[in-house]
Amino acid sequence: MKKIFGRPKSMTDKPFHYCPGCGHGIVHRLIGEVIDELGIQDRTIGVPPVGCAVIMYHYFNIDMTEAPHGRTPAVATGIKRVHPDKVVFTYQGDGDLAAIGTGEIIHAANRGERITTIFVNNTVYGMTGGQMAPTTLLSQKTTTTPLGRDARLIGYPIKISEMLAITDGSIYIERVAVNKPANIIKAKKAIKKAFQVQLEDMGFSMVEVLSQCPVNLGMTPQKAAEWIDNTLIKTYPLGVIKDKSGE
Amino acid sequence: MAEKVLMCGNGAVGEGAIQAGCRHYFGYPITPQNELTAYMAERLGELGGVFIQSESELAAINMVFGASAAGARAMTSSSSPGISLKQEGISYIAGAELPCVIVNVMRAGPGLGDITPSQADYFQAVKGGGHGDYRLITIGPASVQELYDWTARAFYLADKYRNPVMILGDGFLGQMMEPLEIRKIKELKLPPKTWALTGAKDRSANVIRTLMLKVGELEAHNKKIQNKYKRIEKELVEYETVLTDGADIILVAYGMCARICKESVFLLRKEGIKAGLIRPITLWPYPSAIIRKISNHVRYILTVEMSAGQMVEDVKLAVLGRCPVHFYGRMGGGVPTSEEIVNRIKELEAKGQKGTKKREYR
Repeated sequence: MKKIFGRPKSMTDKPFHYCPGCGHGIVHRLIGEVIDELGIQDRTIGVPPVGCAVIMYHYFNIDMTEAPHGRTPAVATGIKRVHPDKVVFTYQGDGDLAAIGTGEIIHAANRGERITTIFVNNTVYGMTGGQMAPTTLLSQKTTTTPLGRDARLIGYPIKISEMLAITDGSIYIERVAVNKPANIIKAKKAIKKAFQVQLEDMGFSMVEVLSQCPVNLGMTPQKAAEWIDNTLIKTYPLGVIKDKSGE
Repeated sequence: MAEKVLMCGNGAVGEGAIQAGCRHYFGYPITPQNELTAYMAERLGELGGVFIQSESELAAINMVFGASAAGARAMTSSSSPGISLKQEGISYIAGAELPCVIVNVMRAGPGLGDITPSQADYFQAVKGGGHGDYRLITIGPASVQELYDWTARAFYLADKYRNPVMILGDGFLGQMMEPLEIRKIKELKLPPKTWALTGAKDRSANVIRTLMLKVGELEAHNKKIQNKYKRIEKELVEYETVLTDGADIILVAYGMCARICKESVFLLRKEGIKAGLIRPITLWPYPSAIIRKISNHVRYILTVEMSAGQMVEDVKLAVLGRCPVHFYGRMGGGVPTSEEIVNRIKELEAKGQKGTKKREYR
């Protein structure tokens, strides 16, 4: 019998620890498929975040290192500068990238570091139990915004992709979602392109992935997926935000 | 013959690193160590190495983390407030058992303080500094030549023990100029870095981590690194002694203070006071054994530091009450003079610190 579908070779057979309906598993798998398709498993080095995805090194057959919270792009910079011929990617959540690590990501992008960042934005701190993230929507309830996020008190949802796009070192930035099959297919294409930008030594590339955290959003997996379509993309519209790869 | 040059201490650190094969430097400017940053930018530019002026000290130490994880000899340098910022990364690097060299050219604090020399980061350097149970191999050189020699050796020690090594100098030492012999560094044998991240080609994946969630796993890891520290304590202690044989009084000081104390010892000897000096070179592991041994035979010890009294606690721990331990310190950029130290000894003599020489309880 001909096998037409299977686990990416760059991934292990360890079952994911993620909650039901969480988007991390999908994003992981897309990265695994892209690594396989590009044939770069033996020269890819990953840097997971602090947070729910911290142990993603259990799920990949590639070299990986932890980084302190938010410092992921700096650690990746150190690796890439030692091994310019390797493919280095970071994987960061909204707390890691948009709060504690804002400095590191902006400067890595601005230096045009030849790294690829997968930025998973689910608008909430998952690992620590559902606190507000910088990306939390206005009026969105979290454990630290029990009455809903109030812009007068805590500011506005931060648009990281748009922010990073204005740095000259960034080459390709796209926002995608993993809430339904059509979006997942587009997400994979974007992740592949982001890796290709690095392979062609052009500069910094990032894919922002809108993802669902049903547990901390207080929704069923299905409701959380619908919420991305109906609510989240109004603040964070999908699509290519910057693409200088053809220039 | 080795090349002789006139160089400042900060430059000597840089050249020591270059000679040891360090080709990756990540740092952020802060006085009084800026000559080092500039030196690395220039030399690594010539040699085709990697120099990044990072956006912050946090980024710099984490670039070192990444470069070291990738198998390179990497270094960062800073001064006191900047080293405080690096503590997060230093704890991770120590926990992950990654080798690297961190240079602290100490300035006076607390807070922003000023840019004058100090030794007030001793606790931070030798007791941990960041979170968790860990140790840095900490070296306190006392001359431009030693800064060069020890920085080069620090890379070897870092690789040998898979542990961060800190060169603990001060603004005085970093900026003063002295003749420097640029000796060729003999590369000693080390095991290959099979743990490094180089891409999982023809081998299983390498993972560098400090998160250990399985019950007992983290405790076992901690025991392992504590055993390594015990091994380092056995193998690495270095110190210098000056006129300690038959001495009545011992001064203990490191770095710049030790050089000043050496002068005090000669001045005291001229006045018939039999003083000697122990200069710890490795600040961790600490030369407790020699201090303990000598405390059986001297009337008292005077520890001299550019701080409110930090290393003196290690001296007291070494002595364990066998003889009195006194302290003389200057703070906030004050540098003790040899005469001040002599006067302090004379005060102690006048106060009847003569005592009996023989106290044989152990």
